[in-house]
Amino acid sequence: MTQTTDTAPEGPAMTGRSSTDEKTGTGHGRPRPPGRRRGPTTARARSWRDAPLRRITPWLFLAVPLALLITFTYVPVASMISYSFTDWDGVSPRRENVGFDNYVRIFTRPELFRVFFVSGYYLAASVVQIVVALYFAVILSFNLRFRNFFKGILFFPYLINGVAIGFVFLYFFQDGGTLDSVLAWLGVSTDHPWLGDPTSANVSLAGVSVWRFTGLNFVLFLGAIQSIPGELYEAAELDGAGKWKQFRHIIAPSIKPVISLSVILAISGSLSVFEIPYIMTGGATGTQTFVIQTVKLAFQFNKTGLASAAAVVLLLIILLVTWIQRRLVPDDKVDLV
Amino acid sequence: MGNKKTTALSGAVLAGVMLALSACGGGGGGATGEVAAPPADPKEVSGEIKVLTQRTDLVQNGTLRRYAAEFNKTYPKVKVTFDGITDYEGEVKIRMNTREYGDVLFIPGAVAKNDYPTFFAPLGTTAELSKYRFSDKTEVDGKVYGIAQFGTANGFVYNKRLWERAGVTAWPKTTEEFLAGLEAVKEKTGATPYYTNFKDGWPLVQWTNNLGVVGCDAQAGNALAGAVSPWKPGSELNATDGLLYEIVKRGLSEKDPTTTNWETSKALLGEGRIATMMLGSWSITQMQDAAKRAGGSADDIGFMPFPVQKDGKHCAALVSDYQQAVSVHSHNKPAARAWVDWFTEKSGFAEKEGVVSAVKSAPMPATLKDFVDNDVTFFDRSEAKTAAVNDIDEAAEIGLNKQDYRQKLIDTARGVAKGSLDDFFADLDKRWDEAAKTAGS
Repeated sequence: MTQTTDTAPEGPAMTGRSSTDEKTGTGHGRPRPPGRRRGPTTARARSWRDAPLRRITPWLFLAVPLALLITFTYVPVASMISYSFTDWDGVSPRRENVGFDNYVRIFTRPELFRVFFVSGYYLAASVVQIVVALYFAVILSFNLRFRNFFKGILFFPYLINGVAIGFVFLYFFQDGGTLDSVLAWLGVSTDHPWLGDPTSANVSLAGVSVWRFTGLNFVLFLGAIQSIPGELYEAAELDGAGKWKQFRHIIAPSIKPVISLSVILAISGSLSVFEIPYIMTGGATGTQTFVIQTVKLAFQFNKTGLASAAAVVLLLIILLVTWIQRRLVPDDKVDLV
Repeated sequence: MGNKKTTALSGAVLAGVMLALSACGGGGGGATGEVAAPPADPKEVSGEIKVLTQRTDLVQNGTLRRYAAEFNKTYPKVKVTFDGITDYEGEVKIRMNTREYGDVLFIPGAVAKNDYPTFFAPLGTTAELSKYRFSDKTEVDGKVYGIAQFGTANGFVYNKRLWERAGVTAWPKTTEEFLAGLEAVKEKTGATPYYTNFKDGWPLVQWTNNLGVVGCDAQAGNALAGAVSPWKPGSELNATDGLLYEIVKRGLSEKDPTTTNWETSKALLGEGRIATMMLGSWSITQMQDAAKRAGGSADDIGFMPFPVQKDGKHCAALVSDYQQAVSVHSHNKPAARAWVDWFTEKSGFAEKEGVVSAVKSAPMPATLKDFVDNDVTFFDRSEAKTAAVNDIDEAAEIGLNKQDYRQKLIDTARGVAKGSLDDFFADLDKRWDEAAKTAGS
């Protein structure tokens, strides 16, 4: 790996552990020299006492995040998996072990998987999202006027709470709402209920999702692009390469790992869409996704066991898809120079 | 280099946590069977009780606190606190996995009837509580576990001025007359004849409360317990859901149902831009307020029974609201019971809200004066077999008390979901009957 990729976002993620180890090591080393000056005996005593402390230090740092991670991720996942083998209704103190019954039920009800067609809309939308984000990231990586302003504008939607976005866009799409008014100014008067039929509703909702998540992709891409050393562009320019060729031969190859990460996130995100359709339509009019369906199984029909099994199945599907993707597009090393 | 150790350690931590978790599982039982009897001497009963409620508005504007102050005049030593919960069903269901779910609470719909004894203290025998309406809803093995807060009559709340302008002054006697009335409202006033509240969804559930109006049949709810094809031609649900379908199909409902808004709809009905909505009588006072705010008067709001008649008379189903129960883990059961009794009988809450008191002997509220004057037959729909019906309903994943299937019905009527009404009803019947066979055990 060259220096270039080491500073790319993917770099720290891959080498994170070793680099932090190094840092804590040197961090501890630094206060020692003054101690050493005081005398050799104290120095030896310190280092002897330091050794277990130094070994435990990373764990002290990790204690809080690990505790949070375990409490709020692994424990719930573990209990979810254990519920998935029961017929629990979510309240009753009684629950019976039913083995793989719930899983058998899920796989013998093909209509439960029909909702994945809805994910197709979001998958198509995430292609648009990645392209748009990449486009803006490339444009704004060049020297432009107001580039920080535009960066802010593009990233802003990602910072807004998903529930708020749902409500805002409900007004946006309602009959005579913002979208209709804007179209009227442009001389287009449609009488179309945007959330009124399945195709239109899903396209609208997927559009909201693009609006919301473009900022995230944009920032990921921009970070990767900005870590490319400027000399490469200068050299390319001297060789007579235009902006397109610079993108094609410098930018694109060096941010490939980030693109492939974005694609993984896009696919798993499309399979588990929840917030926006749940708030805006509640899954009505053919906008139900797998997660909404699972929530309804658990909280409307009190089939917590079955719903837990459905959630586990979704988890497995996402793991499988990611694995296939990694097999098809291996994460090869980037070498620019 | 330290990676292997890391995974080993976190693995150990995870395993430990899972062990602890499985030890925690199972939930808490409690001392069951102890009757939460009303206290003998109101002056002596003491303790602090917490009341869970979904009426966050009444908690915030201090109304409930005033009721508590009134309660303290009779029971000076009891301290009442309220906990308003917006997502009542969702949150309380989760809290009930612990022992801390208040002293007085409304029984969430998710709790299976057979589990009542594990969660709630019995309030007395069926005979002892026979003075209350709907007590059969919470009866398990001869003991009653909840007292209805109040009941509501079901019907169409409507803007009288709009219907008068449309030339309809007498209540429609058949569904065809009703549809013709809506048609006239649309043509002559330009208002939205009927508003479904499709987006918020829960107003669609109110349609289920009509169960029994066609045949004036108090047993209509119980009749669903079994493979009875509830949507077959001539059935209660076929008639009521069929009417909703026709309203939407004939374009008599709002233009874009997917972006409706309940709070706005109240104002629109008060102002006279919406003519009709299917709701319980609890909504009348709210609509009257909306009408007054819009510059009209409370008399603009009317309430009409479902447009069918049996032997020349209209019928209206009385259905119970949430049932108040006393937690089995409460340390102050007599105080909690005193609150339940006082709130149901003496607080005057039902009259003030314009709803039907749970006490059988209490008169009908002023909001239902039109119903009483016009000789509408009220019937308390029996809830004796509600548990069995709910089991089938959940197993079939239909949701009689959920909005989803009616949203699909409306989508079918609008032509955005595939299929005909007959196919839709046939599918529901099929699922119900299949579920009845398995859930019966």
